Amino acid sequence: MELWANLIVLTWAVAFMLWQGVGFAITLGTVFAIWAILAVSLNLVVGFTGLLSIGHIGFFGIGAYAMAFLTSDASYEQLRTEAIPTLGWPFFAALPVSVVLAGVTALLVGIVFNRFRDDIFVLVSFGFAIIAFSVFLNLRSVTRGAFGIHEIERPAIGGWVLDGEVEFLVFALICLALVVLVCWLIVTSSFGRVLTAIREDEEAIAVFGYQVTHYKLAVWVISAMMAGLAGGLFGSWTTFIDPNSFILLESMLLVCIVILGGLATIWGSLLGAMAFVLLDEGMRFLPFIPSEFVGQARQIVLGILLVLLMLFRPQGLVGRYRL
Amino acid sequence: MTQTAPSNGSGEAVLLALDGVSVHYGAVVALDDVSLGIRKGEVVAVMGPNGAGKSTVLKAIMGLAPVVAGEVYWRQQRLAAATHEIVKEGIAFVPQGRRVFTHLTIEENLELGCLYLGDHEEKARRLNSVMELFPILHEKRRDMASAMSGGQQQMLALGRGLMADPDLLLLDEPTLGLAPIVVGEVFQKVREISDRLNTTIILVEHNIRGALEIVDRAYVLDRGRIAHDGTPESIRESNILTDVFLGRVRREDNEGGS
Repeated sequence: MELWANLIVLTWAVAFMLWQGVGFAITLGTVFAIWAILAVSLNLVVGFTGLLSIGHIGFFGIGAYAMAFLTSDASYEQLRTEAIPTLGWPFFAALPVSVVLAGVTALLVGIVFNRFRDDIFVLVSFGFAIIAFSVFLNLRSVTRGAFGIHEIERPAIGGWVLDGEVEFLVFALICLALVVLVCWLIVTSSFGRVLTAIREDEEAIAVFGYQVTHYKLAVWVISAMMAGLAGGLFGSWTTFIDPNSFILLESMLLVCIVILGGLATIWGSLLGAMAFVLLDEGMRFLPFIPSEFVGQARQIVLGILLVLLMLFRPQGLVGRYRL
Repeated sequence: MTQTAPSNGSGEAVLLALDGVSVHYGAVVALDDVSLGIRKGEVVAVMGPNGAGKSTVLKAIMGLAPVVAGEVYWRQQRLAAATHEIVKEGIAFVPQGRRVFTHLTIEENLELGCLYLGDHEEKARRLNSVMELFPILHEKRRDMASAMSGGQQQMLALGRGLMADPDLLLLDEPTLGLAPIVVGEVFQKVREISDRLNTTIILVEHNIRGALEIVDRAYVLDRGRIAHDGTPESIRESNILTDVFLGRVRREDNEGGS
């Protein structure tokens, strides 16, 4: 099954690229890189530690808004209502802020969330996603609310601006590779073994001398920082963000990707993100679905896919563990 | 509040003592004014029927039970550390039901017993020592814990407890759910741990006959109070176990302790 899952998704990806051409494949690759960073980082919390969080999109949004607020071109914004100050930071100065701000928020939220487990944790993470969306929508002096923020800066190294799609794709893939490397180092270390033990039996691991809350908080913050990185990349790539990119549904889709790929497997998250992006983008080209229904059809297909997975393959495409 | 343990009067050093400990779970009284003392090197059983409070004694020591009165003393000092710190004080707990981590290998499970140590040489020394004591764990060290039988998982749980190099090992029902032939092996191993490593052991057990074969002393609990304590011989000769298990002990009978 695992080999078949790999073959199907990868063949699908190659066929899609050949069908739609290199230009579309580059766009697809960038979308994949951003979703994959999110999926790998969420898998650290959901798969490797056993904390089912559906609030991850909040950290993604914080990263994106930090990037937008610090780098956006205010000359455009001043023409509109809800102006925000012009800071004009370069991309590479704003990206660490996106990461750190998501991490600090996670630390503050995590200190409270650490008291909860299992289904209660799911509920409070749901609450976080709602609050984050509400802040993005209503803190207009920073986010411009529903107007969104335009003209977000693209990365530049010296005079070389990564405004081409290929350059941005390469940069996004480098970021993904770094995130995968950090995750791999974590899960193969003794710290990762404690996370596995927490997922299996949190009470038992405490009597062996481990302060479980510290481990959970650490992985929560690391994961949020990775989501902040994805958010910074997303804001810069699209050059425009508004609160609709950070709704609860996106968070649910992200959890679906992690489950689809498989819990506690980095490769599974990459494969899950790839399958999701192919499904998501591929449905645009199905002739029998009118373009105005593509969005809804995507959700229906994903929903059906998840039900089928839970029935016949609850451990996901390449995973070993069940939710 | 006293900071040092009361003397047991025997003149021998008491490693661990409970002084008037009471544990309440809401309205349920799990332990009621329990006092006991464990000397270094002893293997002591805590026995009694279901609901007598046997496991609660261990949980009170580990800071896992709500102690409403009394104190736990460790090496004559009040034990006030948080649960995750207690193992570093030299007390290891092997909880009921084995609780091995089935998605980790046997070696990884063992390492979790002392992963907090920075000294890699010391970790390796402990690992070798445990594997010498449990050859089956050495043989299957790369296997997943899920692939082991119940008896082997219990050996793993014991080994993992020993990885903390404890002075006191708390064993909560180590033979629970095991086949009779394996029960004998587990008891033998518990005695071997005591003889070879001079580890002090508190053994909470429902298997009275097997436990009395290997312990130096035993406490009999009845409805949260100590109904009797003494050597295995004194317990076998008395009718206390029959009385306790058949509910014949009346509260006023055991007001004076043993």
